[in-house]
Amino acid sequence: MNGYNFAYLDEPTKRMIRRAILKAVAIPGHQVPFGAREMPLPYGWGTGGIQVTAAILGADDVLKVIDQGADDTTNAVSIRRFFSRVAGVETTTRTRDASVIQTRHRIPETPLRDDQILVYQVPLPEPLAKLEPSRAETKQMHALADYGLMHVKLYEDIARFGHVTISYDYPVMVNDRYLMSPSPIPAFDTLKMNRMPALQLFGAGREKRIYAVPPYTTVRPLDFDDHPFALIRAPHACTLCGATNSYLDEVVTDDRGGRMFICSDTDYCADRRGDAASEGDAA
Amino acid sequence: MAYVAVKGGERAIDAAHDWLARVRRGAPTVPEIKTDQIAEQLGRAVDRVMAEGSCYDRDLGALAVKQAQGDLIEAAFLLRAYRTTLPRFASSLPVETSAMLIHRRISAIYKDLPGGQVLGPTYDYTHRLLDFALAAEADSGVAPAAPLPPAEPDQTPPAVTPRVLDMLHAEGLMGAEPQSDATPGDITREPMSFPAERDIRLQALARGDEGFLLALGYSTQRGYGNSHPFVGELRMGDVSVEIEPPELGFAIDIGRITLTECEMVNQFGGSKTEPPQFTRGYGLCFGHGERKAMGMALVDRAMRAEELGEDATAPAQDIEFVLYHSDNIEATGFVEHLKLPHYVDFQSELETIREIRRTSQNSTDAAGEPL
Repeated sequence: MNGYNFAYLDEPTKRMIRRAILKAVAIPGHQVPFGAREMPLPYGWGTGGIQVTAAILGADDVLKVIDQGADDTTNAVSIRRFFSRVAGVETTTRTRDASVIQTRHRIPETPLRDDQILVYQVPLPEPLAKLEPSRAETKQMHALADYGLMHVKLYEDIARFGHVTISYDYPVMVNDRYLMSPSPIPAFDTLKMNRMPALQLFGAGREKRIYAVPPYTTVRPLDFDDHPFALIRAPHACTLCGATNSYLDEVVTDDRGGRMFICSDTDYCADRRGDAASEGDAA
Repeated sequence: MAYVAVKGGERAIDAAHDWLARVRRGAPTVPEIKTDQIAEQLGRAVDRVMAEGSCYDRDLGALAVKQAQGDLIEAAFLLRAYRTTLPRFASSLPVETSAMLIHRRISAIYKDLPGGQVLGPTYDYTHRLLDFALAAEADSGVAPAAPLPPAEPDQTPPAVTPRVLDMLHAEGLMGAEPQSDATPGDITREPMSFPAERDIRLQALARGDEGFLLALGYSTQRGYGNSHPFVGELRMGDVSVEIEPPELGFAIDIGRITLTECEMVNQFGGSKTEPPQFTRGYGLCFGHGERKAMGMALVDRAMRAEELGEDATAPAQDIEFVLYHSDNIEATGFVEHLKLPHYVDFQSELETIREIRRTSQNSTDAAGEPL
């Protein structure tokens, strides 16, 4: 695109972001502050993920962008278009064809490989934020690996409700050292992070933090021996492809309680149905 | 599923943009507004957009106001997103507001003082009566504004208008500001960290949301922060911006900008090491923005509570709270992102709440008690 550098950001800015990424990879789960820039898309709409993607994208990369697991949600379309426009890279909706996948709120159902990078958009990188709003305080807690506050929160949930009530953005321990926000993915996706072959990068633009989970790193949802982490998904099969192991969206079909459950991962669902529907509008 | 119609996202976005363009233009029977009209006649809107967009350019500010249909936060965002792509070829020398070409300058703490009270173009003493004559099509009949009335030879404004707080300082009644030649931090390049020093705080406030600073400043007057402020001085006018290119070795003037500066005088009871004296709250912003500069000065002073050994319990005194929430570009982005689809998260909330209700129902049923 005329007047802008490849992938929008200028090279010194990309270098600054790459340095932050390298540091993040070296200290898995640790939040690295970085000089996030204003982007032409609003804060809170994926600017952190966009900056990370812009910094790692090469001309021969193939980019996939999903929001809620789907390639055709408006914000995914908007971000994919942004990179088509400012980087001219090839885009795809097929998980297995992508070298870089930027995501909001989901991890693809198709297992990722070690030649792929998953970039998460992160709204609130601080896993302790809801328990302690001061970043000066939480920074110290991370330094001391003092996560008692979160254990107490989980304990109180179990005591009151019989379950942990965190259903998304479930806190995880990375490499047995740092408590990390996996971004608001459903708790269902949390276990996919553990020892994932792909590099996982997390960008929080407004909060100006980058963090990472290197390939094959241990990621463990926080739990107790007598109350182990339990997966929750809608107890149904996908109406379209019949999958019983995928994360499902509940679609309200009428105003009399009618419901349909379909895969949230549109590429996975289309692939299982064996049709080419997943090629869609990512032209 | 209207806004995630399968495969329809791209067409929907295009159609939305077309519709937006038509709405922005309004009825074609009405002549299109020109950016020079906005810059000239909606100058205070442009001022606010330049201040919160952190970019001094009246033409671009006017363009942003036009493009955003007068939504000033959206306009400031447009300007910020543009600003961040600009190369930096130099840093200016500190601007000298004492040498300001004064358009307006008042002090509330002295009846008269060197440099005088200059009321300038203010709404302060207007009666807020809608002027229906302005709604008439014809020219409003106001004589074309000269930038400044021609100065009579014996009334040439002095090159330097002394600052009121300097006079108090000379008398030893105003707390000294620590002097430093250190390069100030830059919140546009480095993320904030806490405790944040005053250079960082003032930068954040200078681009902070006018409404937020107004409300927080107001809260300190109403008892949340216990301030006793006086407007020591409020001045608005033009200052020269100078840079000193290393190859030249001397400063050159690259233009003028309009600034509003406010210095608040606040009580301070003194401490073991400091005698009782006044302290300063400082506000500065691009353009003519008195409300913004005053709010900023109140909040700046409130955030000095800890440094001055005062209790810091009110919202305006909590540095982290103020700085993390003063930026309206960040705030509007995060608040408005709630419009994005969240159905994956909501689905997991649904399943969790159903599960909890099942659990509690089972345990109540087992106990044989009615629900």
